[in-house]
Parts: sequence; C-alpha cells; structure tokens
Amino acid sequence: MITLSHFIVLGAVLFCIAVAGLFINRKNVIVLLMAIELMLLAVNINFVAFSRFNHDVAGQVFVFFILTVAAAESAIGLAILVLLFRNRSTVNVAEIDSMKG
Amino acid sequence: MPTLNDILVLLPEFYLVAAACLLLLVDAFMKPEQRGALHWLSIIVLLVAIYLVVAGQPQGTVTAFDGMFVRDRAAEILKVFALLCVALVFVYARPYLVDRKQFQGEFYTLMLFAVIGVMLLVSAGNLVMVYLGLELLTLSSYGLVALNRDSPLSSEAAMKYFVLGALSSGMLLYGMSMVYGAAGTLDLAALHGAASHSGLPHLMLFGLIFMLVGIAFKLGAAPFHMWIPDVYQGATTPVTTFIASASKLAAFGMAYRLLEAGLGDLSHYWQPMLAAIAVLSLAIGNLVAIVQSNLKRMLAYSTISHMGYLLIGLVNAGPEGYASAMFYAISYALMGTAAFGVILALARAGFECEEIDDFKGLNQRSPWMAFLMMLAMFSLAGVPPLYGFFAKYLVLQAAIDANMLWLAVVGVVFAIIGLYYYLRVVKVMYFDKPEEGTHVVVQPDAGLRVVLSLNALVLVALGLYWGPLLGWCRQAFAG
Repeated sequence: MITLSHFIVLGAVLFCIAVAGLFINRKNVIVLLMAIELMLLAVNINFVAFSRFNHDVAGQVFVFFILTVAAAESAIGLAILVLLFRNRSTVNVAEIDSMKG
Repeated sequence: MPTLNDILVLLPEFYLVAAACLLLLVDAFMKPEQRGALHWLSIIVLLVAIYLVVAGQPQGTVTAFDGMFVRDRAAEILKVFALLCVALVFVYARPYLVDRKQFQGEFYTLMLFAVIGVMLLVSAGNLVMVYLGLELLTLSSYGLVALNRDSPLSSEAAMKYFVLGALSSGMLLYGMSMVYGAAGTLDLAALHGAASHSGLPHLMLFGLIFMLVGIAFKLGAAPFHMWIPDVYQGATTPVTTFIASASKLAAFGMAYRLLEAGLGDLSHYWQPMLAAIAVLSLAIGNLVAIVQSNLKRMLAYSTISHMGYLLIGLVNAGPEGYASAMFYAISYALMGTAAFGVILALARAGFECEEIDDFKGLNQRSPWMAFLMMLAMFSLAGVPPLYGFFAKYLVLQAAIDANMLWLAVVGVVFAIIGLYYYLRVVKVMYFDKPEEGTHVVVQPDAGLRVVLSLNALVLVALGLYWGPLLGWCRQAFAG
C-alpha cells in the first residue's frame, strides 16, 4: 500500500539529491541546471501528493505554474550558460571564480 | 469568475504589462538614432503607473480574483516607491548606457517586467502569486545582470545569481509545499487561520523553516548572502542600482506577505530564527565591508548589514515593527539609488568609477558630487539628522518594544563598526589627493544632476521631516 509518506519521502530524497548536486558538483555548470530542474520536480511530487491527500485541486494547479516557470527558468539558464562559455571558454564550476572577497 | 471590478483593482498592473509589451514592439521598429524617445516613453509610463496606483487607491483592503491579489495600503506604498526607484534608475542609467553602447530597448523592457513582478509580489494573496511575482522579478533580473554581453564578469555574476536564485526559489517552493500539505490551502488569508491549529504542526514548522531560508536568500541576509557581492560587482551599475533598491522593497513585501499575512500566528517560532539571521547579517555585512576596495562590493556588504536592520524590525512581529521595517526598506532604497547614482554620474566611457580609490580628491574635482556622495554615505551609516538615522532608530526601538534589548544593543554596536567604512569613503573624497590622470573635472548632464541632487537632498528632508512617511507606514499596518 502506497501512502502519503512514501511520496513525501520520495520528494525529500529527490530534493536532497538536487541540493547535493548543486553543492558537491565542481565540474560542470550543466549539471547545476539539471540539479535545479530536479529540485523543482521534487517539489512538484510533494504538491501533487498533498493535493490528493487534502482533496484540494489547488496544489495540482500550482504544479502547472511551477512547470511553466521551470521551462522559462531553464531557457534563461541555458542562455546565460552560452554567454558564459563564449566569454570564458569554460563551463567548469571551479574556474568560475574571478570575483572574490 | 473575474468581474470588471477585479480588473479595475489590477489596473496599474494591467496597464504596465500592456505598456511594457508595447514598448518592446516600439523598440523593434525604431531606428537606432531615435532610441532616446524610448527612454522618455519608459519614464512617462512609470510616472503614469505611479499616478494609477495613487489615484486608484481603495479605502481599506480590496482583494481581486478570489483573494489571489490583495490591494492594501502597505502594497500601495511599496509599489509607489518601487516604481519611483525604477524611474530614478532610468534617469541615472542613460548617459552610462549611451557611453558603453548598451543603450538598448531590452534594458527598459526587462526593467519594466521586473517592476511588474515587484508589484504582483507585494500584492500577493496566495502562495501561487508569491511564486509567480517573485519569478517574474528574478527571471527579469537574471537577464538584466547578463545584459552586458561581452563582459566575462557580468556573465559570471549572472550565472552565480541564476544558480543561487534558483536554489532559493526551490527552497521556498519546498517550504510552500510542506505548508500546503499541513494547512491544506494556498490562500494566505486562509493559511493565517489554519497555521496555528494544523493537524500536522511539525510539517508546518518544517515548511516554515524552508520558507524562511528562501526569504533570507531573496533579502540577501547572511548566511544566505553569497550571491550579493558578486552580483553587485559583476552587474552593470544601473542594474546593481535596481537590485539594491526596488528588489529590496519587493523582498520586504514578500517577507511581510509570507510571514505576517500567511504565518503570522507562528510568529513565536520565526521570531528567534529571524533574530539569529539578523545578527549574522549585521556581523558579516559590517565586518567584511571594511576590507573591500571596490565600492560596489563594499555597498553589497553594506546591503547585507542593512538587511540585518530590516529583519530587526520584522522580529518585532507587531504593527509597529512592520511599519519600522517598511520605513527602513524605503530608506535603504532611496539611499541605495543616491549612492549608486553618484557612481553612475561619475562613470565615463571606459571608466567605471567603482573603486574607492577612484573617489580620491573628488571634492577638488566635483565638490557637489562629493557632497551628494557624502550625504548618501552619512545616511547609510546612520548619522543624524539624515533619514538613515531615524530608520535605524525606529527598528532598534521596535526591537526594544519586543523585549529584545540585546538585539538593539547588537544593532548599535555594528552601526558604530559600520561607520568606519562609510567614513572612509568620505575621507578619501575630502582629504586625499586625486591620483594622477584623474584630474578631469566631472560634469554629468544637467537633468541627471538635478534628479540626483533631489534624490540625495530627500535624505536630508526626510531626516528632518519624517512624520508623514512614517505616518503612512504606520497606517498601512494599523488595521
């Protein structure tokens, strides 16, 4: 029997993987974009699960908005990535450190 | 079903969306040499928007679209000042952009869309609206930071801003999903009633913590401040001015909507957390600012400390506390536009004027600009009788009223430490000899000079005569 808590745990695990991907990753900016996407999807699972559990459709509507914004967000992220590569010829996270202090 | 009345409540926002789209079209069909018209059109659009907000001001609180959108006094005040800040940024930015061949329509359109995001965010009556308003603001801001396409510094700043901004949105959303699960509603007004007697109090608190992290990220409060210095330094100065002014008003609006309008009944949980964030922000902001040599970066750390003061006002969690925090947010927005305005006025083609050393002997080259910068710095430092002093005084008073004398003491101690790096700028301008090769007498164009002078003198005027503005802020949270 799959209960609400299974969904919440799945959401939490995905969220943690995403956050770990953001912080541990030192190689590639594209992986950061993937981690961000995963984070939003983890939130979506939560919303859908709670929406079903609470018998309230608003949570599922919110998911549509999140999906739409996530699409716009990754478009902007990729655009910035292209810009960064053109200016610095690298997408290595460890090398993007010209500002410090 | 939405009625005509709903649309009338949102008239300023609808008008701005239409105007921004129209300006985008106008820009596409405009010859490059006619671009100047776009500048004036954008400013007129903003002034008309301010008029619509003020003239259409309803009695009391009005909601539209089934509580999605709330139009109350607090939102009106924040909107007026956010629009005003953007208009100021447009005025200050023009010579800078023209000098650098960046005078493009995108700057104006993105800025207008960002300010629409601010307006929706501060009027949000639902978690969905909070998220959408916030994303409209931040997505436009990412674009604005990246607008300086050929600068490696700008694209790096944009990438950092994007990744950390997306992370904070993710945190905020995760918190929202937990709060939604515990309360069963996305409506902030309904949430206010449901928050304290939810069947799942732990889930509620869990969500609250994640939402607080998201709010602290957007405000730029420590320990979630990492993006602020890089973005301030890497973005072009007009964009930095926007992020330092209108964005901060929006972040305050968001904090108020989520924490008070939504989770006000849980204030005994979030008060200590906010107090801790405030103290950390004060410490990190003020101490790290001391060692900076880049003025924009120094002002970034100063922002972090100012967000600490704003949070001290919020910690009070009563009408007086919110009023003082709003008064503080407005003061910071006006001081930020004045300080960055001077940097913009002094910058020329190929010269950013963003190192503190660039200000050496400014008094000999351009006494009036040096005087305006001094006013901005004194106000940021909180020297009486300037606006910044009374704003600080009120938030510290709010902390004492909330029986948090220690927090007020910490605030005063760090205000004194902060004095050092603001006064250093004044010292450099008045007592140091200008460096070789910077003897050029600076003469910014007349319009900019008049507006900038007004901006800085308002800091004096509001310091001497702060009654009406504070009255409005108090009125906004009185009911």
